[in-house]
Amino acid sequence: MPFGNTHNNFKLNYSLDDEFPDLSKHNNHMAKALTKEIYAKLRDKQTPTGYTLDDVIQTGVDNPGHPFIMTVGCVAGDEESYEVFKDLFDPVISDRHNGYKPTDKHKTDLNFENLKGGDDLDSNYVLSSRVRTGRSIKGYSLPPHNSRGERRAIEKLSIEALNSLDGEFKGKYYPLKDMTEKEQEQLIADHFLFDKPVSPLLLAAGMARDWPDARGISHNNDKTFLVWVNEEDHLRVISMQKGGNMREVFRRFCVGLQKIEEIFKKHNHGFMWNEHLGFILTCPSNLGTGLRGGVHVKLPKLSTHPKFEEILTRLRLQKRGTGGVDTASVGGVFDISNADRLGSSEVEQVQLVVDGVKLMIDMEKKLEKGESIDNMIPSQK
Amino acid sequence: MASTFAHIMSGRKAMVALAGLSAGTLATSYLMRDSSSTAALEKMKLYPPSADFPDLRKHNNCMASALTPAIYTKLRDKLTPNGWSLDECIQTGVDNPGHPFIKTVGMVAGDEESYEVFADLFDPVIKDRHNGYDPRHMKHPTDLDSSKITSGLFDDRYVLSSRVRTGRSIRGLSLPPACSRAERREVEHVVVQALSGLKDDLAGRYYSLSEMTEKEQQSLIDDHFLFDKPVSPLLTCAGMARDWPDARGIWHNNEKTFLIWVNEEDHTRVISMEKGGNMKRVFERFCRGLKEVERLIQERGWEFMWNERLGYILTCPSNLGTGLRAGVHVRLPLLSKDPRFSKILNNLRLQKRGTGGVDTAAVGDIYDISNNDRLGKSEVELVQLVIDGVNYLIDCEKKLEKGQEIKVPPPIAQFKK
Repeated sequence: MPFGNTHNNFKLNYSLDDEFPDLSKHNNHMAKALTKEIYAKLRDKQTPTGYTLDDVIQTGVDNPGHPFIMTVGCVAGDEESYEVFKDLFDPVISDRHNGYKPTDKHKTDLNFENLKGGDDLDSNYVLSSRVRTGRSIKGYSLPPHNSRGERRAIEKLSIEALNSLDGEFKGKYYPLKDMTEKEQEQLIADHFLFDKPVSPLLLAAGMARDWPDARGISHNNDKTFLVWVNEEDHLRVISMQKGGNMREVFRRFCVGLQKIEEIFKKHNHGFMWNEHLGFILTCPSNLGTGLRGGVHVKLPKLSTHPKFEEILTRLRLQKRGTGGVDTASVGGVFDISNADRLGSSEVEQVQLVVDGVKLMIDMEKKLEKGESIDNMIPSQK
Repeated sequence: MASTFAHIMSGRKAMVALAGLSAGTLATSYLMRDSSSTAALEKMKLYPPSADFPDLRKHNNCMASALTPAIYTKLRDKLTPNGWSLDECIQTGVDNPGHPFIKTVGMVAGDEESYEVFADLFDPVIKDRHNGYDPRHMKHPTDLDSSKITSGLFDDRYVLSSRVRTGRSIRGLSLPPACSRAERREVEHVVVQALSGLKDDLAGRYYSLSEMTEKEQQSLIDDHFLFDKPVSPLLTCAGMARDWPDARGIWHNNEKTFLIWVNEEDHTRVISMEKGGNMKRVFERFCRGLKEVERLIQERGWEFMWNERLGYILTCPSNLGTGLRAGVHVRLPLLSKDPRFSKILNNLRLQKRGTGGVDTAAVGDIYDISNNDRLGKSEVELVQLVIDGVNYLIDCEKKLEKGQEIKVPPPIAQFKK
């Protein structure tokens, strides 16, 4: 909640055992990492804006998780959360991000020219290409914790930044609460409109409070660059287009992000970033680059091959249905994207997607001809 | 000031004393900030109340009708002794704009003191919801003497079942929107311990939601006793489903006529019921059970939240006063089709629901008929009102069966002057 958290001090009248959550049926990163010792150490702490340990873990307590899918189970309320509650976030980050250590440094590289190739993915197979990330504005609390005043200030800054973009980025901002029916229908038809979150993972973290106040969508006239304001993060930035020119998508992504960042910096509100965690976002799973770069690609034969999963794992890629996370593929079309976020740069992650998808298309073609792909199986990247 | 006070005193006796004092003597509102929280003070300057005032233009609930920028400015930075704020009270009303036809309340209390500290908003909301009841100038009568009830036995050919429910909160512990896990577990402990002291026809058993066996769960579902994790956004936005199912449970007596829900929407919900039309017996058991439970918790130094302005204190302002809904499932095939049905109910100060509960439709001409009012009339008055009203409805039904004329009764007065 927005201001100081004296309610937390009141809880300190109760013993550790009385307050410690029952996590016996839970399966998420937070439940694995949280011990009574850590809880005892952190329960009386709060960040300067008043975010507490119980706030951090509430979503993980309320959502025991799935036996097959390991959710994160904790969120940050502000930039300082990752420092103040380090003893919990460090093991969670390590578990989620392949053993990333508290002493590791994260590399940021938004130089699209460092990407090799990526402009020639076979459009007979690749239907569309997309890169997304998130950004948090320094000096404001994050969606689980911010007040209406803060959220509105973020929107105001975002609108100013977005409206000052020109050239290929010139576009329009649509605030959710003032949208006309016509605008709404158009945004839905374009698959741009985001809804009030329904996932209990987000609701339990308080991210849907005051909906739709200060939420909105901005997109350029070409409909290839899209920004979500105050949804799961302060900003979600998406670059996309039909076909397989991932290089162009990534170029637009990098250039657009840098232009937006300049404007925020001018107001002394740059993006939250540090050299250990990279870009700071609400969910620990999005730390680092916060980047998911991917394609919708037709792989009807390869996807039924017994080694499909192994190939993906070795290429450091993941698959989803074309409806997004938790959906099944339709007609052999998959959403293939990078699995990693932290510990490798933007260029490196998009490179993995470009190279990996290229290889998988070659495999698909081989399988179409009835040939074996055994000698094409990659080594672990 | 109050934070040091809370630290010096500890334990339930302190909480009871502190809460009891809040009714007027101790300064009831605090502007408490940690000395280390200069960031919070900076933020308050950067975001004056006007920056945080919610956009309620599309809202239709009691809170939205009552909240003005002036009230918000006055109350935004206040906290109850437990640290509960106005924003937390109104969050559910901000998140749920409401329905054009159904006016929801749109705010909840986090603790007993909320009704005091945020009285400038709660009072007009209470007035709106409870037909003009003015907490500043009126007193609420409490009367649990079931011997005063007359004609409480309905014709079984029409009344299929009778039921009375209410809620009770344990003084000194925060309410479901605000309580910590430890507080919630304390509520469970206090209540379950008291219930284990009930005897004879009230003797029964507690089923904790997190520990119940599959078999017990099925049995409770078959009896229509089991409650689920709330899905209504009215409740989830108020934070009432946090830590589910920790410290939640159901208690019922062996005869399955007295049932208590622990830590669902309130600390406790108390239900007395049976098949058939013996409302007098249902109410008698209700009163006796409530008084026994109260005696048992008092033995250990606890008490229910209650004061003479608002009666029994519950989470939602709509349940203040008696928190009582007394009702029957009754067959009214002819009367329910008569165009005067709604007016008759209205004048009798009764409401109809489907037999699945609020927001459901009637099935097979069977209606759930209960009292509209909660605050400003006593339990005995409300139950008598239901009894007299249902008897009138059955009388109308019988008249219609014989082809006789029925009359719309004159409206019942709202508050005794």
